[in-house]
Amino acid sequence: MISVQAEDFDPGEELERLRSGLAGRAGAVVSFTGLVRDLNQGDAIGRLTLEHYPGMTEKALAGIEAEAMQRWELIDSVIIHRVGPLSPNDRIVFVAAASAHRKAAFRACEFMIDTLKTRAPFWKKEATADGARWLSPADNTLPGQAG
Amino acid sequence: MVQLRYFASLRETLGVSDEAVALPEAVVTVAGLQRWLQERGAPWRDALADDHLLVAVNQEVSDRQAAVNDGDEIAWFPPVTGG
Repeated sequence: MISVQAEDFDPGEELERLRSGLAGRAGAVVSFTGLVRDLNQGDAIGRLTLEHYPGMTEKALAGIEAEAMQRWELIDSVIIHRVGPLSPNDRIVFVAAASAHRKAAFRACEFMIDTLKTRAPFWKKEATADGARWLSPADNTLPGQAG
Repeated sequence: MVQLRYFASLRETLGVSDEAVALPEAVVTVAGLQRWLQERGAPWRDALADDHLLVAVNQEVSDRQAAVNDGDEIAWFPPVTGG
């Protein structure tokens, strides 16, 4: 299941929805929740705005999910990504993988979030005290950054 | 006609998010389209010269040698920063 949405999501509800459809076939569910980190380390930060490419973004996420499903023989998976204005500490992305055994679930979950960061058309713009700026991929991969 | 779309910082630099244009007959690849758009002058010439820009033809990331045809949707955007 993939979703690109402005609204927040509840990781507990998403995990329960995933679990309830597994019918005893899975032995493991691994999930990742990405949060918006305060990029300015305490300065008066404004918001982060997520832009995306409607249509292509959904196709890219569906492609990443399909690749993970096939490579790790997943039983089910979830990718949710938010768009629009977000504030520090907001949830921004959720990825979950269900498989027979934990190793496949861990690896598939990591693959989906890592691949999403380099392949899915989303762009972060942050508002700072000095004005707005678009993040670069280098900014986006620093330890502890959003997602 | 082809539909052109621009995203994120590139959209802001160019001041346009999408446009429909009629391709000249000589433009048959992404690279050709890029050169043709750059002939518009500033800010197109410099903005599209950035080698890091990605191009998607019909919502699939493509290289500069990819063909462009009437009816295509061709999007230009900077490297992605989601997650």
